[in-house]
Amino acid sequence: MQCQRCGERPAVIHLTQIVDNTHTEQHLCEACAAQQGIQTEASLAKFPVGDLLAGLDKGAAAQLPTTETSGRCPDCGATLQDFRETGRLGCGRCYETFESPLRTLLRRLHGASRHIGEPYVSPADAGKVPAHAGGGAGGDLPGLREQLQRAIESENFELAARLRDEIRERE
Amino acid sequence: MTLDLDLLPDGGVPWLDASGPEGLVVLSTRIRLARNLRDTPFPPRASDAERAQARDLVVAAVQATADLASGVTIRIDELTRLERQLLHERHLISRDLAGLSAGGTVRSGAALVSAGATGAMINEEDHLRLQVVKSGFAPGAAYADLERTDRELGARIPFAFHDEFGYLTSCPTNAGTGLRASVLIHLPGLVLTKEIAKVLQGLTQVGLTFRGLYGEGSEVVGNLFQLSNQTTLGKSEEELLDHLGKIVRQVIDYERQAREVLLRNAPTVIADKVWRAYGLLRHARSLSFEETMNLLSGVRLGVGLNLIGDVGVYTLNKLLVFTQPAHVARQAARTLTDPDLPAIRADFVRQLFDDDARRKPRDGSATAEG
Ligand SMILES: [Zn+2]
Ligand SMILES: [Zn+2]
Repeated sequence: MQCQRCGERPAVIHLTQIVDNTHTEQHLCEACAAQQGIQTEASLAKFPVGDLLAGLDKGAAAQLPTTETSGRCPDCGATLQDFRETGRLGCGRCYETFESPLRTLLRRLHGASRHIGEPYVSPADAGKVPAHAGGGAGGDLPGLREQLQRAIESENFELAARLRDEIRERE
Repeated sequence: MTLDLDLLPDGGVPWLDASGPEGLVVLSTRIRLARNLRDTPFPPRASDAERAQARDLVVAAVQATADLASGVTIRIDELTRLERQLLHERHLISRDLAGLSAGGTVRSGAALVSAGATGAMINEEDHLRLQVVKSGFAPGAAYADLERTDRELGARIPFAFHDEFGYLTSCPTNAGTGLRASVLIHLPGLVLTKEIAKVLQGLTQVGLTFRGLYGEGSEVVGNLFQLSNQTTLGKSEEELLDHLGKIVRQVIDYERQAREVLLRNAPTVIADKVWRAYGLLRHARSLSFEETMNLLSGVRLGVGLNLIGDVGVYTLNKLLVFTQPAHVARQAARTLTDPDLPAIRADFVRQLFDDDARRKPRDGSATAEG
């Protein structure tokens, strides 16, 4: 079935809607669905990412160290361009390699970039004290200071301000 | 490899028994956690060899957990398309893992370990998608099981985790907790009273998304909706589940009110609608899948309103799963395009209703109404 709106691409999104007492069916391609503001997991994944990174590339690119926009992930070799095209990161290390643009993106997607759910200690680090223990609430002072340092280095001033408050409270 | 779904505990669909809370409105609660191995590229970027290695590592760890030790391990990449669709129709694997997404093919290394209520999808877009499905509305119980297995696994294999961003996932929409909870809910009252658009719109404003029966981009059939959390980062698992729970309770309330309005304002119309649906299912000689779903919705509503007394919800749930295209085709050893499928489906539906009636003999007066 072809998309009802553009008539060009195959319809992949099928919506049954009830609006003003009328039952309507819409069959749209992903691009048209996104333009209509119909969110699917796929559109959610692709479009904001694409827009945001396109924006970063132009106007806001100056904020990014050049290694981050033109660089490759040392582990998997993925670039931001790959991410822009597929909407998928290549590996866990990508999140460090492209940390700054991803932070902005995560905030846009989730309204926050800081995980405050279950902390995780990998089997290899099980013996050591976790550097992060769930939202800072459980973090110790040296751990918080270390996080603050990192936040400042990565120009994450919002987080830095929050950490500074938390450290002050505990001191 | 031939797929034998009878090997799966409860056929992989224990939730069909409708034993859970709010079982008449909420069919199932499903929660999944997305996890990745720390030092391996995510499946979409990994090589065949890396995916095979990841699969072996994850499968071994999964098989060693208490809840999945009794599970069946299935190599998805060795199945036929019909078999993959069969697993997808049972909601055991996603469309992505089944290789059924538009233009998609099955990924090498794709596997499933299923113990019925608990399952592990391997080499979906993340190395591991751990999921628990419960009958009815039971996010607390589902998450308790899920968390236990997740902890066991996390202690055995190193997950990709970032101090600030949490669990790292292939798509940033899943990062943080990696948690997506979804509730399969039947809302015929809201559809018939034309309130549904308003309710669904409200959901998106409070951070929930809705989909059809088959996940992303799928059509709404049989008045069945999947409601789930939209964001995964910046809130704890408990907060996410709490929020979803509160909203779903509200939707259940709205649905109840809508049904009351229907019964009060149009009792004959509603009774006629549900009994017609029942009559068609009991006697039709050819049924398309979509028609079946819509008629089942009518009968389910009739049972919920105590208008139809001699049909079990278990039977309705079973029909929901076993009348899907791949299930009908498989059962009759036909292909998905066989023109006889609607007739075979109608035979199957009549058969199941007959079995149901035979299994639960009633005193003569109860069936007089039908
Ligand atoms: Zn289109
Ligand atoms: Zn990478």
